[in-house]
Amino acid sequence: MRNNFISRLLFLATIVLCGLSSCTVDVKEDVVFNPGETALHHIADAHAFHLFGDYYVPLPAMMFYSPNEGGFTFLPSSASFHIGHHGNGEVAIDRYVLQHGVVRRIKDKNFPMGTVNIEWPHGHGHHDDHGAGDHGEKHNDHKGHDHDDHSGHDHGAHDNHDHPHDKLATNDQLSMKEKLTKELEEHDAVRALYKGKAYDLEDRSTLDNGMAGGPGFTSYYDFSITKNVFTMLLVVFILGFVFLRVAKAYKTRDGEAPKGLQGFMEPLFVFIQDEVAKPMIGDKHYQRFMPFLMAAFFFILGLNLIGQIPFFPGSANASGTISITIALALFTFLITNLNGNRDYWGHILWMPGIPAWVKIIITPVEVMGVFLKPIVLFIRLFANISAGHIVIVAFVGLIFVLGESGKNVMGAGVGAVAATLLTLFMMAIELLVAVLQAYIFTILSASYIGAAVEEHHHEEAHH
Amino acid sequence: MTGSLAAIGAGIAVIGAGIGIGNIGAKAMESIARQPEAVGDIRANMLIMAALIEGAAIIAIILSFFI
Repeated sequence: MRNNFISRLLFLATIVLCGLSSCTVDVKEDVVFNPGETALHHIADAHAFHLFGDYYVPLPAMMFYSPNEGGFTFLPSSASFHIGHHGNGEVAIDRYVLQHGVVRRIKDKNFPMGTVNIEWPHGHGHHDDHGAGDHGEKHNDHKGHDHDDHSGHDHGAHDNHDHPHDKLATNDQLSMKEKLTKELEEHDAVRALYKGKAYDLEDRSTLDNGMAGGPGFTSYYDFSITKNVFTMLLVVFILGFVFLRVAKAYKTRDGEAPKGLQGFMEPLFVFIQDEVAKPMIGDKHYQRFMPFLMAAFFFILGLNLIGQIPFFPGSANASGTISITIALALFTFLITNLNGNRDYWGHILWMPGIPAWVKIIITPVEVMGVFLKPIVLFIRLFANISAGHIVIVAFVGLIFVLGESGKNVMGAGVGAVAATLLTLFMMAIELLVAVLQAYIFTILSASYIGAAVEEHHHEEAHH
Repeated sequence: MTGSLAAIGAGIAVIGAGIGIGNIGAKAMESIARQPEAVGDIRANMLIMAALIEGAAIIAIILSFFI
């Protein structure tokens, strides 16, 4: 009896699996999933949090300043852009548009200022099939979405939407839109559509202002609250809350055994003090630099850990952006060199204890080292964290690659299993990397500060 | 041409990281075997060194994305 049942079950399972693997979906537009671009899009900054599908959490206080073209523009939130499909704003305000959740500006100076309605081409090169509104198969059986992934691509939300623009579009605009769609898929360049004309968007700024042949700076300064700013503020509030509570606990429970939050944080404080600050900086001077070291450690740790949470309010990649890590390394650079004593500068510019001809070679190397050490510090943190995020997004993108962008359900199922296991493994490593990189940043900063304030007894044959 | 050459460069950089961290791990194992009561210190230092070596390799990998 049992045998009969089991063999029937196996037979049924085989038939079902064969059926699933031949199940295809009718993709209207042949869009291919581009994992590299999706990964880079997810670690970049944006002006709205993408929850899933077409749902975005807008961020407040959009503020742009353009010195030559338009002055100050202040918007109460990115919802002023009327976020529509794919995170594209349906209005352009003062030539600023929201494209994929990121604010960009229309290049053409003759585009009207103020608020105008614009349209966007259908579909995007690296997104999934959103235009397949009327196929019969259940391609949104969510086999690929069993786990909470922060790539946010939800097949289900795109079924059966009808573009309101279609009803108003004239023949002219339709063909222009189709032209733009084709252009988008071929060159992956997005252009906005207004009154039948397509407008280019400004590229993002490059650091060298176009000297290497790139696009140069944008025409405006962006002072808005973006995902990264929001994450930093969130970490600041959390840290402020925790530290103020612990400080109050130390005051009211002076001399008693710590408990609660204070008991949880005390080993961390003592660790930074005894294992990082005192050995590196020395007993005489370490107290001056403890605030900076503690701030650096907990801020980086907080940013790293919050970036690991895959959903709002977590998903921003804050410590993996160059601007934030460069600012932290700049602090280390300033604190180290402003506190350098004579021995420190003497060692850099004219190192004692070696023959004169070697000193001439060593001096440029040491001077370069003064700048290179903070540079490597920030690159290490930035590269570790953003590499981890890219890998996780790529693993989740495995679902779409194996599922052939929604066409192969069985592949997507296999991809889901593989992606879940790989992502779990990678996130465990990422937790280790988050703590370790915060610790490495702190201990290296302490070591550089220690070298700057170190006073030693002059012996001739040292170093 | 950013695809293939950059990927080859990233792969070569990771070889260096693998060799370096492998050496550190080997020496750490040896020293733990020689003096088992120093396990805590050795493990802490091993992790720090591994993070520094990996930093160099990851710099190369990230640069290969942008170049």
